[in-house]
Amino acid sequence: MAIKNQIKQSLIIAFWFMILTFPIMVIKVNTIQNTIYFRWANLLWVGIVTFFASMVWNYFLRRNEAQKKKEIDDDIPLIHRLLQNDRFRRPFLGLLAAFFIAYPFVFPMYHTSIMISALVYVMLGLGLNIVVGLAGLLDLGYVAFYAVGAYAYALLNLHFGLSFWVVLPMSALLGTLFGVMLGYPVLRLRGDYLAIVTLGFGEIIRIVLENWDDFSNGPRGIADIPPPSFFGHYFDQHNTMIYIYFIVIGLVLMTIFFVNRLENSKIGRAWIALRDDEIACQAMGIDKFKTKLTAFALGATWAAMGGVVFAAKTSYINPMSFTIWESITILCVVVIGGMGSAIGVIAGALVLILLPEYLRAVAEYRMLVFGALQVIVMVFKPDGLIKSVRKVYTFNVQEKTIHEQTHT
Amino acid sequence: MNKPILNVKNLTMNFGGLKALDDVSIAIEKGQIAALIGPNGAGKTTFFNCITGIYEPTNGIVEITPPGKNTQSLRGLKPNYVTERGIARTFQNIRLFHGMTVLENVMIGRHCRLSSGIIKAMLQPPSQKNEEQKAVTDSYEILEKIGLEQYVNDMAVNLPYGAQRRLEIARALATDPFLLLLDEPAAGMNPQETKELDDLILWLRDNENLTILLIEHDMKLVMSLSDWIHVVDYGKKIAEGTPADIKANSDVIKAYLGEDSDDA
Amino acid sequence: MRWIKISLGLAVIGIIGFFTVRELLMDPMYFFELFLGGLTRGSIYALIALGYTMVYGIIQLINFAHGEIYMIGAMTALIVASVLGMWGWNTAVIVILAFVFAIVYSCAYGFTVEKIAYKPLRNAPRLSALISAIGMSLFLQNYVMLAQTPDYLPFKSLIPDFKFWEPFVHIITSVEITIIVTTVIVMILLGLLIKFTRIGKAMRATAQDKVMAALLGINVNNVISATFVVGSATAAIGGVLIACHVGQINFYIGFLAGLKAFIAAVLGGIGSIPGAVLGSLVLGISESYFTGYFYSEYEDVFAFTILVIILIFRPSGILGRHDAQKV
Repeated sequence: MAIKNQIKQSLIIAFWFMILTFPIMVIKVNTIQNTIYFRWANLLWVGIVTFFASMVWNYFLRRNEAQKKKEIDDDIPLIHRLLQNDRFRRPFLGLLAAFFIAYPFVFPMYHTSIMISALVYVMLGLGLNIVVGLAGLLDLGYVAFYAVGAYAYALLNLHFGLSFWVVLPMSALLGTLFGVMLGYPVLRLRGDYLAIVTLGFGEIIRIVLENWDDFSNGPRGIADIPPPSFFGHYFDQHNTMIYIYFIVIGLVLMTIFFVNRLENSKIGRAWIALRDDEIACQAMGIDKFKTKLTAFALGATWAAMGGVVFAAKTSYINPMSFTIWESITILCVVVIGGMGSAIGVIAGALVLILLPEYLRAVAEYRMLVFGALQVIVMVFKPDGLIKSVRKVYTFNVQEKTIHEQTHT
Repeated sequence: MNKPILNVKNLTMNFGGLKALDDVSIAIEKGQIAALIGPNGAGKTTFFNCITGIYEPTNGIVEITPPGKNTQSLRGLKPNYVTERGIARTFQNIRLFHGMTVLENVMIGRHCRLSSGIIKAMLQPPSQKNEEQKAVTDSYEILEKIGLEQYVNDMAVNLPYGAQRRLEIARALATDPFLLLLDEPAAGMNPQETKELDDLILWLRDNENLTILLIEHDMKLVMSLSDWIHVVDYGKKIAEGTPADIKANSDVIKAYLGEDSDDA
Repeated sequence: MRWIKISLGLAVIGIIGFFTVRELLMDPMYFFELFLGGLTRGSIYALIALGYTMVYGIIQLINFAHGEIYMIGAMTALIVASVLGMWGWNTAVIVILAFVFAIVYSCAYGFTVEKIAYKPLRNAPRLSALISAIGMSLFLQNYVMLAQTPDYLPFKSLIPDFKFWEPFVHIITSVEITIIVTTVIVMILLGLLIKFTRIGKAMRATAQDKVMAALLGINVNNVISATFVVGSATAAIGGVLIACHVGQINFYIGFLAGLKAFIAAVLGGIGSIPGAVLGSLVLGISESYFTGYFYSEYEDVFAFTILVIILIFRPSGILGRHDAQKV
């Protein structure tokens, strides 16, 4: 009986969607040549897909309802359990290291280049994860700091001939500075206003870069940005790529290292507390504004460093690389990977950036899928693919000493 | 004579046209267990919020005299500074940090007593590591005192209801207060849990040298526990005194039972 | 802090006042034209901003996908008008049907979006619902782009040049006057709907206290759906009108227009319907002067700057209520 009802319901939903999508999916008008196509096949597809999709949707929705009645599950994701297991941990990390070291030598340059992009996103994702995942501040203008880093390198190099290795730490400071400057006025705002205002800041920086010709060379952008040097020595194109690859790997490791330490420190706990309950957090003696500002500024730091690497890798930048869609892509990496979870963010970046690169046929559907995934993840799995796990402390009660068991 | 540990004079709080608190004066002596009672909507929680800096009162004086320190005003301070000065509170509707373990919830309370900043957190010099370890041990000890040590690594939301209320107290204790404000600590507890809470509050006063102000509707708990009771109704203070005084006070009975109670 | 704010505010008002009077005296005609241009622009913002403000008033969510609803309204009108035009239907019928279809389809999309992306998250943290809304916006944009085209499509104005309007056409075109008049009519109708109808009263009750409204027998889910439908309908009208005005549309028009309308809603005080209208007119007119006298390429920067200034100095907007947080 239940199944029959379900089918009936799904049929109605499919019918509804067939009507709903009719003008846009079926009719295609060319107002220049005055022709109309009717793509009836699309109608059929919409019907079939929504019929089954609604069944799956309802099934999961019911399952979620049933689960909510029980306790909130504190199952530890598989990957975390494996990493806790010493026998697994070592060989796994060894294999992973071997893979990433061998990667640029085994695969052609094109693949190395793509992997660099993905790793830059890992950095950006981990940085944004501090802001969105840990501190719960929805920052839709994250790309602004990425642009700050990229333009800092391009312009400082152009005008003063500063090298990559000089600009990298400078850009980190510059990113922090910009984070504080932008964060200072806007972080007093309520959460959802913050999203819009940061989005606005992201757009402002892009519009300024586009229109302020004397400063940024406008929409033409800046070309011939030199790659990083190795103690004053430059490699050929192929080796430069490998060199940048290892620089990014280094930066990613550094990011993981620091972010992990921050997460389980006083300040990291304050971020999470702030995300969970602002009022209780303040009542525990935490300065709300200062805590938000540190998260915002630290996030900006990593974005700026990512920008420098990006500029050095592509050797050409223009404002079109720093649109709102870039911010949203980074946000997707964090949200879909798992807010607050470093492993989730890394997995999210690798999957979301690498897959579309290799599945060229579906690349144009990338943003469509990202959008759908955001909704689906929020509805069914708000913790993302790999949810975060809190540190576990063990106590030896007799001796009152503590053995810490650290997890990534 | 010693100055009262918390001295509130002529406190008034307006929300638009509504006077949630109207000229309320309350003094709490050191070592007291004081209760603030009154019908629903009388302004009890607003009073807490005015003291702890969540609201800025429209008018009035809020002064504290921490043991061994000088008198200072709290008015206009942000909540975190009030907590730093030594006033901790719990919430009527439990407000735990659900993304964290029980231990971490207590460690958040330690936050304002720790000094390490971001740079130290990233580089982890020995001083930071020691401080962090001490925070963990201190927090664990607090959990032991409150009797929650078996839950130490559980997520806070998964605790039974009574334990969640106790965890709020543990978290407040971690901020090293001299004055503890409890907002309906017994709400939703069964008689057994209420009895344990009763013991806990007495123990806190006697062994931790705390002064306690609590809002409570459970009259049995209030009468057995408190040294001094303040009664508010419609934002005004209508009475104060020992439990015996309050029981006999006709204004209080009126406030609780309505105007017609004399005829009944 | 208070004195700094007040003196800063006075200084800004003084400077603006000085420039206004100077420009008014220098070229009154141009000044007036910019005013009318701003009024038109503000009217469109108002039609979209209503949807934001009503939804926000009821479920405290920034409906990011609202701009896309507006775009779908315009897109549907374009498709319907083109198809019927090629079939050689009567112009008047085409205009009416295009509007009807645009409104019906926008409402249907608004309704569906709420059911899919927001209803399951009613009790989730606000951040989750907001991210879901962003996802929906992204999805709808790309859906229209892939199913139709990424290019701009020319949009033949549905509004004819009225004969009786000819004497005034050099000041304001008939499309512009239609926009302003339509907005006024829609506002009045909406005001009546909210003030006097059953569903309007239910909306106001739900906006104040969802739990209480439910206890009194109001079906909150239906009220929320109705809010999305009404907001989508006004957005669709705005979408078709702006398409007539600008003469071309693509899948992306909803995003920026939605953002601007949202800024307008915040400016006026989000949750307040008169606030949304006022905020839209203020934003539209001031933008018009800014682009007319200063830099047209920094138009959006100007809008965002206004938003930031307003939020810092008056976080609840011009007409917004300042409600204390409940503890």
